[in-house]
Amino acid sequence: MNAAFFYALVGVGLFCTGLYALIVYAHLLRKILALNIMGSGIFLVLVALAKRTGGMAADPVPLAMVITGIVVTVSATALALTLMLRLAAKTGRAELPEERRE
Amino acid sequence: MREALLNIPWGVALILLPLAGGIACFLWQTVTTIVGLIILSAVVISVAGLAWQMMESGVYRHAVGGWNAPLGIDLYADGLSLLMLTVTALVGLCISIYSTGYFEPKRSARFWPLWLFLLAALNALFLSADIFNLYVTLELMGLAAVALTALSGDKDALTGAMRYLLATLLGSLAYLFGVGLLYHGFGSIDIAILAQRVESIPITWAAFGLMSTGLILKSALFPFHFWLPPAHASAPAPVSAVLSALVVKASFYLLLRLWLEIFKPLGAEGVESLLGLLGAIAVLWGSLLALMQTRLKLLIAYSTVAQIGYLFIAFSLAASNSVTAWYAAAYLTLSHALAKAAMFLSAGNLLHFAGQDRIADLDRAVQRLPLSVTAFALAGVSIMGIPPSGGFIGKWLLLEAAIQQSRWGMVAIILLGGLLAAGYIFKVLGHAFTQVTVAPDSPIPSALMQWTALLLACAAILLGFLAPQVLSLLVIGDPFSTREVTL
Repeated sequence: MNAAFFYALVGVGLFCTGLYALIVYAHLLRKILALNIMGSGIFLVLVALAKRTGGMAADPVPLAMVITGIVVTVSATALALTLMLRLAAKTGRAELPEERRE
Repeated sequence: MREALLNIPWGVALILLPLAGGIACFLWQTVTTIVGLIILSAVVISVAGLAWQMMESGVYRHAVGGWNAPLGIDLYADGLSLLMLTVTALVGLCISIYSTGYFEPKRSARFWPLWLFLLAALNALFLSADIFNLYVTLELMGLAAVALTALSGDKDALTGAMRYLLATLLGSLAYLFGVGLLYHGFGSIDIAILAQRVESIPITWAAFGLMSTGLILKSALFPFHFWLPPAHASAPAPVSAVLSALVVKASFYLLLRLWLEIFKPLGAEGVESLLGLLGAIAVLWGSLLALMQTRLKLLIAYSTVAQIGYLFIAFSLAASNSVTAWYAAAYLTLSHALAKAAMFLSAGNLLHFAGQDRIADLDRAVQRLPLSVTAFALAGVSIMGIPPSGGFIGKWLLLEAAIQQSRWGMVAIILLGGLLAAGYIFKVLGHAFTQVTVAPDSPIPSALMQWTALLLACAAILLGFLAPQVLSLLVIGDPFSTREVTL
């Protein structure tokens, strides 16, 4: 097992951990962090795969994807945090209410 | 002159115009409405230009900045993209005109920049030929849509928007993972190049699973529909119309595109049957829940869940190389977009009039708002699939495909879904037609708001008469057959 493959496996592990946390935890900050961890997992996989395909030099395309992905994740996180704060200000709790059947 | 017009890169204009307009609206908040309406008219003209160009010279391909794939990012449009762009422009124009009457000035200044960004994302999504670029458009679309959902700022809207945001981010991440795997496996992110290189190896299957799951979550197929009703029901009326008519369709379109171009050779029969089964459940479950709702906007939102089920039934029938079912999917997408936008807009009018949207309190509506109730009823005709309407053509094609393949269970579900749709639409109309002797004064929405809803509903009906023309546009570039892609 070479280093790149190891990093890719760690990335998949992070993705799964994040998914688990996203589903299990109720607090919105934890959910948002979970999404960020999933994103980091994917980025790690992309970086690791860049090494594997590139030979000596790393392949620039996945790296460019990671940079773009980070930009997108930052804006998404900002939006999510703002929404969470507004929701907490309105309801007093940073959690989504249980779904009610009407 | 003619040559000059034929050489204008209309596709680029379709993305740049709303993007520039969105930024302008963000910077100068006093002129938003005027800038927005000018941009929307320009978008309609650009779509017409693109359509003309494509009728003259076939598919549209534009190498942005003069860089060809694999290095550059290509824009590509065939008949399917063209129809999606057309319906986006039409629905977008009607919604924009409607919103000039719907929002007060302060809220209008917030609505326009987000809506124009959303429009730019939708147009870019329909035009992209590069799976990573598609990821970026998906995210831009999702973020703009979530912000629009939260526009009213009350508790329901914020909760709905938050749920929607979590679902849409999860969907995009899964999609991005798939993009990374496909690039790793085949060394390209251009759809046409991938189509040539793809083969049935584990990494393709993993990418297929991740991307499909992400997109299914975003298109709210049962059982991933949990986020849709609260978000669509709590958003302002023009936003609900955009979300139900266009945003959900965009992720379905992307799934269709990926399937047709990249994943078809995998021959995943099990997956197709599963999607068909989920679609069938969605039709029944969505319609039943729609019947049980007491609030008008939630009823319409659950009806969207049911109608998305039809799209996936078409998907499953089409997978065995049935062109009829592909046509059905495209036709249902178009007619549902028009009809559902009309429904949400007229629901917005009824809400404005009654002050709340409890269905039982809709009495006297028909006496005071005949145009809006007519719009709702005409849109309902298309949703139920009664001739002559766009919805009828779509369901007819779908039934034909199901009968050809002797899928009698599907036939039964398609018919039953139509009956249930009739149930929930007449439930609303029944209350709307109640006579009251004392009609208290309620605010009547402006004529513009009533006529735009009616216009969209009429377009949904008209689509039933235009089948040959629409289908002849659809086959430009032959999006549905097993073609050989030439580079």
